[in-house]
Amino acid sequence: MSKSIYDVAIIGGGHNGLTTACYLAKAGLKVVVIEKQSYVGGAAVSREIHPGWTYSNCSYVCSLLRPEIFRDLELSKYGLQIIPYEGSASMLDDGRYYAHYNDHDLTYRSIAQFSKKDAEAYDRFGKDVMRQCKIIKPLLKMTPPDPTSFAPKDIMGLFDFAKFFAAKDELGGLGEKEIYDTIRFWTMSVRDYLEEYFESDIVKAHLAGSAIIGTALGPYSPGSAYVLLHHYMGEVDGTVGAWGYSRGGMGSITKAMAASLEASGGEIKAGSPVNEILIKNNKTYGMVLENGDEIYANKIVSNLDVKRTFLKVVEKKELPEDFYNAVKKFKIRGSSGKLNIALDDLPIWKSIPEGDPAGTGDLHITQSIEEMEGAYDDWKDGRWSSLPYVDMCIPSINDPTMAPQGKHYMSVFVQYVPYNLADGGWTEEKRLEFGKHVMSRIGNYSTNFNDIINHAEIRTPKELEQEVGLTEGNIFQGELTMDQLMFNRPIPGYAQYKTPIKNLYMCGSSTHPGGGVMGAPGANAAREILIDLKKQINTHYI
Amino acid sequence: MDNTLSFTKPLLETPFHKRTFEACYNNDWYRWAGYKIAREYSNTELEYTSMRNTAGVLDITPMHKYDIKGKDAIKFVDKLVTRDVTQIKPNQVMYIIWCNEDGNVIDDGTVFCFDKNHLRIFCAERNLNWFSDTAIGFEVAVKDVSDSIAALAFQGPLSCKILHLLNVKNIENLKPFFFDNFDLNGSKVTISRTGFSGDLGYEIWCNPEEAINVWDSLFKFNRDYKILPAGMNALEMVRIEAGFIQPNADFMSAEQALRPNRMRTPFELGMGWLVDLNKNYFTGKRILNDLKKKPLTKKLIGLDIQGDKPAIGSVLYDKNRKEIGIVTAGMWSPSLKSNIAFGYVDNDHLKIGSKVFAEIYHPEELEYKKIWAECLVVKKQFFNPQRRHKVPADI
Repeated sequence: MSKSIYDVAIIGGGHNGLTTACYLAKAGLKVVVIEKQSYVGGAAVSREIHPGWTYSNCSYVCSLLRPEIFRDLELSKYGLQIIPYEGSASMLDDGRYYAHYNDHDLTYRSIAQFSKKDAEAYDRFGKDVMRQCKIIKPLLKMTPPDPTSFAPKDIMGLFDFAKFFAAKDELGGLGEKEIYDTIRFWTMSVRDYLEEYFESDIVKAHLAGSAIIGTALGPYSPGSAYVLLHHYMGEVDGTVGAWGYSRGGMGSITKAMAASLEASGGEIKAGSPVNEILIKNNKTYGMVLENGDEIYANKIVSNLDVKRTFLKVVEKKELPEDFYNAVKKFKIRGSSGKLNIALDDLPIWKSIPEGDPAGTGDLHITQSIEEMEGAYDDWKDGRWSSLPYVDMCIPSINDPTMAPQGKHYMSVFVQYVPYNLADGGWTEEKRLEFGKHVMSRIGNYSTNFNDIINHAEIRTPKELEQEVGLTEGNIFQGELTMDQLMFNRPIPGYAQYKTPIKNLYMCGSSTHPGGGVMGAPGANAAREILIDLKKQINTHYI
Repeated sequence: MDNTLSFTKPLLETPFHKRTFEACYNNDWYRWAGYKIAREYSNTELEYTSMRNTAGVLDITPMHKYDIKGKDAIKFVDKLVTRDVTQIKPNQVMYIIWCNEDGNVIDDGTVFCFDKNHLRIFCAERNLNWFSDTAIGFEVAVKDVSDSIAALAFQGPLSCKILHLLNVKNIENLKPFFFDNFDLNGSKVTISRTGFSGDLGYEIWCNPEEAINVWDSLFKFNRDYKILPAGMNALEMVRIEAGFIQPNADFMSAEQALRPNRMRTPFELGMGWLVDLNKNYFTGKRILNDLKKKPLTKKLIGLDIQGDKPAIGSVLYDKNRKEIGIVTAGMWSPSLKSNIAFGYVDNDHLKIGSKVFAEIYHPEELEYKKIWAECLVVKKQFFNPQRRHKVPADI
């Protein structure tokens, strides 16, 4: 049993916890990150579960990570490299495939095979989405102002907030029309949104995928259009909306962050589950680890989701009743599964020819928005989807570090899978059955897939919760719906990374601007803590 | 020409590709609407000169072509564009622009009238969605026929003579902005007296199967009159001299601009003469009616610039060194022996004869020469020879 004292202790070594830690350490604070697993990374990890293969066990591709954070934390120096996608495709039952490429003209021709009108409309769609991204981009870095507060900071914040919407200026402020569009975009269903642009089923289905990934919404659910936007606002080297692979898997991001943290003098205590947060007179001052070690700190930051933080770790007696109830109501529903598959060979697709760059990025299995909505209906009924939406990729084609020579690693993201099964909960048999079900769907689109599977890691929302700690296995630490965004995220009145407990902060994806391996919640939280400590640092982000 | 879709061939080849490929010694290709078009065949100056001295041949197949068919064809186009097209006659061509509801220009082009139930619009940008949206409520079908028509521009003082030598009957009497069907050395073609060079010239439209014969025919008299294929670089030169502006070069198409304040009205582009506020309702009319009464905050004008260093990308200033605009296109004009440009200026400098200044960064052997050049505001149409308008045309 040891006792140690820090300026700040962060519970949870996910990408946001590490980001917060890095910025605070850069400001000269004595910082420690406490992680229950024996490795850091949270849901941005790469692990060798099967000898010779590296899996991106949870998150699998990168776009949202803010470039300023990349730069401030010198992630390149610590080994991080992002490899841009070369294309993406959806495979059809009739043997055709629908592809997008980095080459604009090629994408036009590819879409035009299905509809000339849609090929053109794709530019219109791209422009309109890009406009919305331009409004959102500066908001990501902001601490959401509280619209009910009269504090100068909040009033100024609201003014800034309004500026991005209303000002017709060079900063990309928009006119009245765009304000209408913004509100529509944030509230509509993705199906209705895409319907305004496109006529072809497959074009709509291919694009709608981004709106349901990780979300317990169907494409017909109001609010799903925003989730699509959330997946578009990232970038790879200035190409907004572009995605890429993190070389060495998603764990390379958090490994680089951890190295950056240690270089700034921060500490990491892995394999140290927290037993108790010490609170006295509504004020936290430390924590006790499971091994009995005591850690004292002026500030404690939780990288855990808001439900886990306040329903599992902080005791109810310490919390205001209304806050506790609001946390209970916070929507954080598990809806996704993940398969990581070691392949002995490259899959041969019935539709996509070998060498086609479209085959090296996101590969979707979906036929139409209606099919996706049907998959959502299964989820509502407490079953995994009979025709699941599958978003897969084979990073090892572009990333030489993921699998042995000649072999490949495939990441398979599955929507929808319930956290609770209607027929009596998850069992080991059901988990395996679920995996088989998904692999058999993939197998239908390939001539050799079934014969080249060497190993598969099958993960339902239960595993995501148990291993990473995400409540119900929700990848965003809470649904990205309007009622839980901006100054409502995670709880109205507590959107500024603070909590009802003095000196206890939040920095996870439950806070603004939400999920995805973005780092913005972590960096925003660090900024708030530095303001409270009256410390300044000079970085690109803060 | 093999245009099957493959990731190894992102670009389409036009029906002239066999010939353009042979002629393009530099193997320097430009992307135009998904097609491979020569940027420079062998030498831009010579290609440009051919269009001012003999004639140049340009592959303009990638132009977008939309068939408008149905009993409301004219009504539809009249709603779409700012000009009154209700009086258009068969075989007539009109230069048109169209705006969005805010009065910002989307694109310009030409409309050909085959008969009152069949028009065809040619333009630089893709407009199928915009046209289809506008067509709702009209008895009209809009069809993208871009890929089914091969097209060449044949521009220059000898263009009519060559066509005449090829026995294209009565070609010299085809008036500017008219078209007709002709037999060209055994190929059925449509020829219009139109073009982007500001000189005497024609555009020749045919079935893709006729393309090679049409191309070869134009070079038939090359021992006597040296006709050259001309690339996009040469076209850029003649179009600036002629005062023709281009979407997404001199202004952002309202359908494509990301930033609303980058869009431009016809008045700001100096195209007010194309806006007929007395005609029936057309898209953008309401706003344009209001804007007509207001002073312009900026306008695209022509510039005659001191010295000989092209003002490409220059910022424009007033005499007090206050920024007032930018140059969108600039060049040394070999025909005019002048340094010319298009640029935006503010309200105080848009009158012909106004003086502004351009800051030109001219690269000279790894160093920039910074030039502060006085510019005279002039009409955009720098080059407009008599032969361009003559009927009968010179043979």
